[in-house]
Amino acid sequence: MAGLTTTKQAHVSHDLGMHTEALRGKTQQRFFDVTEEGGGYGYPDAPDVDFNKRAELDCEKLDTKQINAQLRDLMNRGYGTIVLKNPGSKHSLAVGILNRLNLYIEGSCGYFALGLLDGPNVKVKGRVGWACGENMLSGTILIEKNAGSQFGAALRGGDIVCKGSVGARTGIDQKGGNIIVGGDTGSFTGFMMQRGRMVICGNAGKNLGDSMYDGTIYLGGEARSLGVDAVPGEMTDLDREWLTRKLKMYGLLPSKGIGHFKKIVAGKQLWNYDNLEPGEKKLVL
Amino acid sequence: MCGIAGLIHRNGSGNIGQEMTQMLQSLKHRGPDSTGYAIYGTPGRNEYVMRFKVAEQEDMAKGFDIVDEVKRRRAKVEERLATLGVQIIDKEDVTDYAFRYRIQYDGDMKKLADYVEDVEGTEILSMGNALELIKDLGDAARVAQQYDLRKFKGTHGIGHTRMATESDVDIRSAHPYWAYPYNDIAVVHNGQLTNYWMMRREFERRGHRFMSNCDSELLAVYTAYNLEHGATLEESLRQSIQDIDGVFTYLVSTKDALGMAKDTMAAKPMVLYESDDLVALASEEVAIRAVIPHEIDTWDPYDEEVRVWRA
Repeated sequence: MAGLTTTKQAHVSHDLGMHTEALRGKTQQRFFDVTEEGGGYGYPDAPDVDFNKRAELDCEKLDTKQINAQLRDLMNRGYGTIVLKNPGSKHSLAVGILNRLNLYIEGSCGYFALGLLDGPNVKVKGRVGWACGENMLSGTILIEKNAGSQFGAALRGGDIVCKGSVGARTGIDQKGGNIIVGGDTGSFTGFMMQRGRMVICGNAGKNLGDSMYDGTIYLGGEARSLGVDAVPGEMTDLDREWLTRKLKMYGLLPSKGIGHFKKIVAGKQLWNYDNLEPGEKKLVL
Repeated sequence: MCGIAGLIHRNGSGNIGQEMTQMLQSLKHRGPDSTGYAIYGTPGRNEYVMRFKVAEQEDMAKGFDIVDEVKRRRAKVEERLATLGVQIIDKEDVTDYAFRYRIQYDGDMKKLADYVEDVEGTEILSMGNALELIKDLGDAARVAQQYDLRKFKGTHGIGHTRMATESDVDIRSAHPYWAYPYNDIAVVHNGQLTNYWMMRREFERRGHRFMSNCDSELLAVYTAYNLEHGATLEESLRQSIQDIDGVFTYLVSTKDALGMAKDTMAAKPMVLYESDDLVALASEEVAIRAVIPHEIDTWDPYDEEVRVWRA
């Protein structure tokens, strides 16, 4: 094994006990306690920011790379509340932020905005293009206007909310978290959804929930058609309670309540995998 | 990848050359190989603008003989125009190989196009009462400068920045495509048409001509065929979603209208801004921001969506 070096991150993960923890079943996560000592909450190199330190960044004459570099520099200097002005629909803005942050974007973003986030709370006053919030692990994204296709693609955690309408393939490959749409959504919404919840207050395009493995879709309007293996589910009190709370939280609770919402779930007739962990599968097979 | 854009002033004309240049330049990253415009000015009375080329840009660097060859081809084109009774009102040497003629002609447009294009290396880029179709290699800034487009005033236009994927980097494969032999109709497209060859063979059997191996040209021929058979622009766009396979978003412009169609999978992007005065649409919002910098509401048209706007 000559020549291999151990990274700083590896040391930290060992220190965190991630390599000695006995993992069982699906519990492949370590749930951190925010009160625990020793800096176990957050990423090893993530800056510790102060929400009371506020900065503004005018993006008008900057390109994407410069904006993201300056944003990172501000966070490294402890700024916890940052306002991006004149974003001009530029692409890939504010991606890969792995720490707490209050980010306000005063305008619209292009494609791939706010991807790979883990922690920040973001508000966008304008619109976002394709694939906003892709692969987010935690945090919140709130879009005041419309969004393009693949909104919240491969979402793993957190809340991503669009108060307007969104494009096609919303939440494709969603693996967790919550996607909330105040308006309509396009075709193939929830395509290959695996976990998490999705709320569509308006109508959905064709093939809603196509080939979904699991997860739940709540639909306030009508779908042009349900996708393969997407079937109506039964609304429970827990569903209603959760739906009311979430929509209220983002100011999207309809005045007539949530009685008209339908629930869509996976029929689970298409599964080509099962719930077993690899080790368990060996025993069965 | 390719980028497409369109703009229509609903109440009169604007600086369409400058506006389309700004939009297309902001889409350069989607395809820098070539850039093309179909822009619509004030229709001339009883006359047409014919834009044509007699060689490719790259041909001009292949030796000294091409200069004489270009002269010979151009003379041949003029001779054939005269044979058909075409009156040339005005001639403009836009580049060494591409020309703009104002003509008067009341005969069969297909016959004219076929006869002129029979001259070696010659392609009619557009024919129209209001249409000016310009396309060449390079980005929008370069093409706009080369063809002096920034001063062009008009009501509407469509444009394209090309990332060559399925055919060569040359003018004949650049967009927009003129809907031969129909006056004032042009098409730009972003996507891949998977039944291109099947449909091309079908149209060739019906006597339509293809100048390139670019799948997007099919949309121009297809639109021309539908209009010839009495379909409206909206009907043609709607029918295309059923007839054409693949992933596509495309724009069609006519003398007084601009239309768009999006395929059944909504796989290719389009962002739309619509107001009482102006409609702007493009593959990316950044192109719309290039002409409307203040905060506006935009949205993505959905799958199978067809829209037509009038100037």
